[in-house]
Amino acid sequence: MSRISKEEVKHVAKLARLNMTDEEADMFSKQLDDIIGYAEQLNELDTDNVEPTTHVLDMKNVLREDEVKPWLSNEEALKNTPDKQNGLIKVPAVLE
Amino acid sequence: MSLFDKKISELHELLHKKEMKVSELVDASFSRIQQVDEKVKAFLTLNEEEAREQAKYLDSKMGTDEMRGLLFGLPIGIKDNISTKGLRTTNGSKLQENFVPVYDATVIQKLKEAETITVGKLNMDEFAMGSSNENSGFFQTRNPWNTDHVPGGSSGGSAASVAAGEVLFSLGSDTGGSIRQPAAFCGVVGLKPTYGRVSRFGLTAFASSLDQIGPITNTVEDNAYLLQAIAGHDPMDSTSANVDKQDYTAALTGDVKGLKIAVPKEYIGEGVDEDVKNRVMEALKVLEGMGAEWEEVSLPHSKYGVATYYLLASSEASSNLARFDGVRYGVRADDAKNLLELYNKTRSEGFGDEVKRRIMLGTFALSSGFYDAYYKKAQKVRTLIKNDFDQVLDKYDVILGPTTPTPAFKIGEKTDDPLTMYANDILTIPVNLAGVPAISVPCGLSNGLPVGLQIIGKAFDESTIYRVAHAYEQATDHHQNKPNL
Repeated sequence: MSRISKEEVKHVAKLARLNMTDEEADMFSKQLDDIIGYAEQLNELDTDNVEPTTHVLDMKNVLREDEVKPWLSNEEALKNTPDKQNGLIKVPAVLE
Repeated sequence: MSLFDKKISELHELLHKKEMKVSELVDASFSRIQQVDEKVKAFLTLNEEEAREQAKYLDSKMGTDEMRGLLFGLPIGIKDNISTKGLRTTNGSKLQENFVPVYDATVIQKLKEAETITVGKLNMDEFAMGSSNENSGFFQTRNPWNTDHVPGGSSGGSAASVAAGEVLFSLGSDTGGSIRQPAAFCGVVGLKPTYGRVSRFGLTAFASSLDQIGPITNTVEDNAYLLQAIAGHDPMDSTSANVDKQDYTAALTGDVKGLKIAVPKEYIGEGVDEDVKNRVMEALKVLEGMGAEWEEVSLPHSKYGVATYYLLASSEASSNLARFDGVRYGVRADDAKNLLELYNKTRSEGFGDEVKRRIMLGTFALSSGFYDAYYKKAQKVRTLIKNDFDQVLDKYDVILGPTTPTPAFKIGEKTDDPLTMYANDILTIPVNLAGVPAISVPCGLSNGLPVGLQIIGKAFDESTIYRVAHAYEQATDHHQNKPNL
């Protein structure tokens, strides 16, 4: 049995904000199934008492002083924006 | 002999003695690009006008006491996922083909302080995902040694441009081997520093817990110079390590007497090409002849590295790439009727298949019901892989092996099968998972294509890696082999 069905691929695509044609869903379900099947070799290992590593460095939160500093101007921040108006980013309607 | 066959220190001496001008170096770079880049296709964007202007400005500083930069006047190429103010930065993606950053990455600021000259931006696999450069949204970069073969990925443009003599050195980024693998395939020197050694501020995030920027050069000495310029703590990057920088050029002593080398049996076992294995064994004999000692060891969880990496890197990528939605920057899809359609159309039209595949894998691994089975499991295996390295590096100074199981493969040979392509990174990936530093240096040829020797070190001990790599390079002449373009 396939580990990831075409329907699941379409569901994941929806979560990932990607459109998916039937042909693409066919291709990705086969490829993802192969990759996930390969990843299942990790189940050979007993990891019950192993702590997960999210990060190799011993990380701790660093807080900076709450000071106003110069950074990008509004104009600079919007320089690469595809559509803008009055210093704001313009997008299609969110509500009907 | 081309100017670019000289080491940084030699060119610097010529500049300091006023026997050469910065403009001549920059001219040499652009004329070489004009001569060979049609074949190699390493560059996505050239910075010709600004580079020439800057060269003139630096020429005017020559002979004055303002001539202070560590890399004064030397032409460099930059991988196209590093932010360069005013210079197009595409991430190798159609989605970002119009993007002109408004700020410099910290490494670019540091290079500006060191007074390098940015010649242009280099081709890469889209969003740094790939081992062959076949996933660039624009065109395929070719291996300068044989243009039917891939240059490696994802920093393929960075490695090919140095191997082809178009620039003196370049910057790449390495998430699972993306500096070392193309360096090995193109016969140049590439270092992935310790995670946290070089600031990631201004590097487009792919898998944030693994990505590192690093130098690609012709020689180990040049590599040490470049790391010297870009390393250091950066308050703008919360994952930057507050650890003292070593003096990397001072480490190039040529002495490896008494040094203890570990050779993992998994790195010279099944799946590794016979020729590649032989080149590595020859390298070991060279180092042994210089007084180093070596022993076979085991990194028993290495074989789980690729599976672990693809789950973790894809999960991080699916989250990091959520920001590319056509709203604030990049190319926006036309005629979207509402906001959701805008996101979906922009991402579907803009991303290539490899990027989509990894976003899908990551979204799946993080989704409800699968998180513990895939993502969390992979994080636990990451711990086991890291422990393997810690235990070996406790007893030995460095770990040594091949960089890749085979030399550069042919263009198109592996594109239909993502899993076979992923297996190419089996020897580089565990190093990123463990966060330790590693370098690839040329160690000879196999059927006319370069083979890379990988030297892995303790966290924040790039100096020892450089010491071993430099001693080996001095004792051999592999780095003097050049492709015939």
